[in-house]
Amino acid sequence: MAHKIVVGLDGQSSGAKALDYAQNMAKQMGVCELLVVYVIEWSPFSFQTAEENAERHKRREEEITVAKERVVEPALKQLKDVGLTATGVVRHGHVADALDAIAKEHQADQIVVGRSTEGGMTARIFGSSTANLVMNASVPVTVIA
Amino acid sequence: MNAFTKRLMAAGAACAAAGPALAQEAMTLDERVNATFASATGWFVNFIFMSIPGTNFPWIVMWLVIGATVFTIYFAAVQFRFFGHAISLVKGDYSDPNDAGEVSHFQALATALSGTVGLGNIAGVAVAVGIGGPGATFWMILAGLLGMASKFTECTLGVKYRNEYPDGTVSGGPMYYISKGFDELGLPGGKILAVMFSIFCILGALGGGNMFQANQAHAQITQITGDFPGWITGLVFAGVVFAVIVGGIKSIARVTEKVVPFMGILYVGASIVVLIVNYDMIGWAFGQIFAGAFTGLGVAGGFVGALIQGFKRAAFSNEAGVGSAAIAHSAVKTKEPITEGFVSLLEPLIDTVVICTMTALVIIISQQLIIDEATGNYMLNEAGTAIATVDGNGGVALTSAAFGSAISWFPFVLAIAVILFAFSTMISWSYYGLKAWTYLFGEGKTTELVFKIIFCIFIVIGAAASLGPVIDFSDAAIFAMAVVNIFCLYFLMKVVRTELNSYSARLKSGEIKKFTH
Repeated sequence: MAHKIVVGLDGQSSGAKALDYAQNMAKQMGVCELLVVYVIEWSPFSFQTAEENAERHKRREEEITVAKERVVEPALKQLKDVGLTATGVVRHGHVADALDAIAKEHQADQIVVGRSTEGGMTARIFGSSTANLVMNASVPVTVIA
Repeated sequence: MNAFTKRLMAAGAACAAAGPALAQEAMTLDERVNATFASATGWFVNFIFMSIPGTNFPWIVMWLVIGATVFTIYFAAVQFRFFGHAISLVKGDYSDPNDAGEVSHFQALATALSGTVGLGNIAGVAVAVGIGGPGATFWMILAGLLGMASKFTECTLGVKYRNEYPDGTVSGGPMYYISKGFDELGLPGGKILAVMFSIFCILGALGGGNMFQANQAHAQITQITGDFPGWITGLVFAGVVFAVIVGGIKSIARVTEKVVPFMGILYVGASIVVLIVNYDMIGWAFGQIFAGAFTGLGVAGGFVGALIQGFKRAAFSNEAGVGSAAIAHSAVKTKEPITEGFVSLLEPLIDTVVICTMTALVIIISQQLIIDEATGNYMLNEAGTAIATVDGNGGVALTSAAFGSAISWFPFVLAIAVILFAFSTMISWSYYGLKAWTYLFGEGKTTELVFKIIFCIFIVIGAAASLGPVIDFSDAAIFAMAVVNIFCLYFLMKVVRTELNSYSARLKSGEIKKFTH
């Protein structure tokens, strides 16, 4: 069975670095599959107006389309250009939970992410997404600085 | 908006400067609005609250309770059997991770709750207890528990028969399930009933969802600032609501939607504090509730008076059977419409059985209602229409005084809560009314704008009119929705039963199972 790596993207330079790192690693391994993941931060426990609810399905589709076009597809193109097999996933949820859940679903061997770009009070109190992932993930996690 | 704000501020400043002369003129404006309003709506109110011949029991109250009882029996006490399952659904145990990003059960519940939790729980309960005595609480709780089955029925249908448009938005509610459901069952008249419902829904949105809110928010503000004409509050409210629903300034609505739940929790928290401080009186309060439920303890109309008030306020507060929640719940994305029904049955529980009961207990325990020491019964006010209170207050002012007697600064928090609750209820009902309006007149920017402007005008009228006519009209319009809705639910409930049987069989067999997150 091919080695499977989940790469978490954030649409920023740290995610791009993680992608480059995973790409090199996959190249060296030879038989390796990559799963490029972008998580849209979303909570099922937020409060919304009735109107927002009615439009939610439409907004969700839009969010997924944008994430695919701007983040996931360029990454897939980069990987395919160097001859690697890669698929893309866009999902709503908490970054750490979703990345780990996807890794489990696809029986991935490891997760590669960039160092968190979040800062300030929220990150101090609740920890950054990356820190949460490292602490709770069910597979090894590589964090790229 | 800018010009509007400026004019408003100028008007406010002029009013303050000109002093009593202008204020007096404004009062007559309030009075004029009031008189016109009362005479225009009187016939409608009289019809809805007509007594059953030979009794003084309004038929509409009977109608709601019979409906809730029928649904409870027909679905074999679904509100208790599936209570635990409803909690799991809200927690997201059964949500497919691949559907993440769609409206969750929790969000649909929270949205529907923010439309119902509000003045009904604060002012409405005070009206019920003020007129019907503590015994009204008992009947209110009973109506709340039965109402869970009505809510379950209407919300399941709301999701099942909603319209999904190609652009991904949805519209749902009684008008859709009545017309589509009747067609599906081969029954005639679905379209006419749906139109009737829509008309009443628009009136309900303008009444209970708007005027009553504006009216009580104004009452609460004057409690703190001293008296000033209602139309000023009305204009301010109308301006903000206009900015949200017409101007599309979503940030205001978003802030409210986030603050309102915390206000709700704060309110329940404060009630618990009052109860803890007076823990030795909780037993006595429940004694009053039970005694009053069956004897009336001297209130106008005796125990029947208590019962009517309790049932009326419960229905007005949790809106079970009214059909409004079905509009709010139909936005949820689920393969099983019945799951939304299960979730919605928590609403009357939270709204009536928990929050309304808290208000009632605080009012009873704070002893704002005057008891005749000789007989142990409650004393009536001079007009003989309600129980005499310490400060002569009724409605939201009574609740405020009750909290104030235990926590001196709480009336200020309550004032903010009332204003926010009123505002969020208005936003919710503007959506319900709009859905009914577009059902009648078609979807489109212009038709929507017409309704939104009418909605804002009624805020001003509501704030200017006095409580009596406003509360009568609000009740009447909301109950008129229930007349059509429950009538149709009797025909459609077998659809829900088919869904329920199929779902519970699959739940038992393990076909429907929890997702491991």
